[in-house]
Amino acid sequence: MVRIAVIRFPGSNCDLDVVHVLKNVLGVEASLVWHKEFKALGYDGVVLPGGFSYGDYLRSGAIAARSPALEHVKVMVDNGLPVLGICNGFQILVEAGILPGALLPNENLKFICKWVYIRCDNGWTAFTWGIPEGKVLYIPIAHKEGRYFSDEAELERLSRKRMIVFRYTDQKGEAVPEANPNGSIRNIAGICNEKGNVLGLMPHPERASEELLSPSGSADGLLLFKSMAEYVKR
Amino acid sequence: MKAYTVEIVIENKPAARDPEGETIHRDLILKGGYVNVKAVRTGKYLRMTIEANSPWEAERLAFEMCNSLRIYNPVAHVYRIKVLE
Repeated sequence: MVRIAVIRFPGSNCDLDVVHVLKNVLGVEASLVWHKEFKALGYDGVVLPGGFSYGDYLRSGAIAARSPALEHVKVMVDNGLPVLGICNGFQILVEAGILPGALLPNENLKFICKWVYIRCDNGWTAFTWGIPEGKVLYIPIAHKEGRYFSDEAELERLSRKRMIVFRYTDQKGEAVPEANPNGSIRNIAGICNEKGNVLGLMPHPERASEELLSPSGSADGLLLFKSMAEYVKR
Repeated sequence: MKAYTVEIVIENKPAARDPEGETIHRDLILKGGYVNVKAVRTGKYLRMTIEANSPWEAERLAFEMCNSLRIYNPVAHVYRIKVLE
């Protein structure tokens, strides 16, 4: 049986949504674990959920990134187990140095909450191997600090190593400037590590995992969790 | 040991846009007629009280802390430390 931990920090949200999707929609064993109690041992994968850990003080994710839980997450990263960071979880992974780059305040300085289109550009990660490359997903975002930034040299490495997994696009899958909600460099919505077992993304797949809850009737977010569970089984 | 006031200012690197600074510059300062102001960058300001034997030791501690705890994100930010007597 696949066992996945969802780590809760003070200020996490959507953590219960992730547990619900894993448990009730996918039938995977999922536990909500307080960050101070999290140990790597006994889990096949981990999800860092969204929210506003530590009130986003200093910078989103900066304080949670120093939690001892992240040392255990790093062990799982090194062991090749799947580690997923959603929204604030992505910010925590970046601030912990597990994923490269920075997530700056949105270009319009506002909290943006809406459904967007993202294109899958790498179908070889632990979370996307069930998603054909080029497929456009419809999925919501809800953040104020989601403007991905990195210098040119690092962006070149991200491209070369195929670490840019999701880009904001229009409905047809074109990464045009108008489809970029927050000013992210190169329309980046999500990146992985070199091995592909760590993924961070700003959109919320757990909010798009049941047809009933999607305005378009799609459940595109579920594809990521399905891939994660299948990856562990194999 | 003496208590030193240490200021840490963090701002975006020149390559990372600062929309807040740009808006303050364009829509407040220039529209207010202060045309000699050529650029504005916003940042984050932390003022700490650090006990140390000398101002240099206080500065070294602040420097070490900024890096080990990632008070700034080296990908996107620059910072400077100033020790006040």
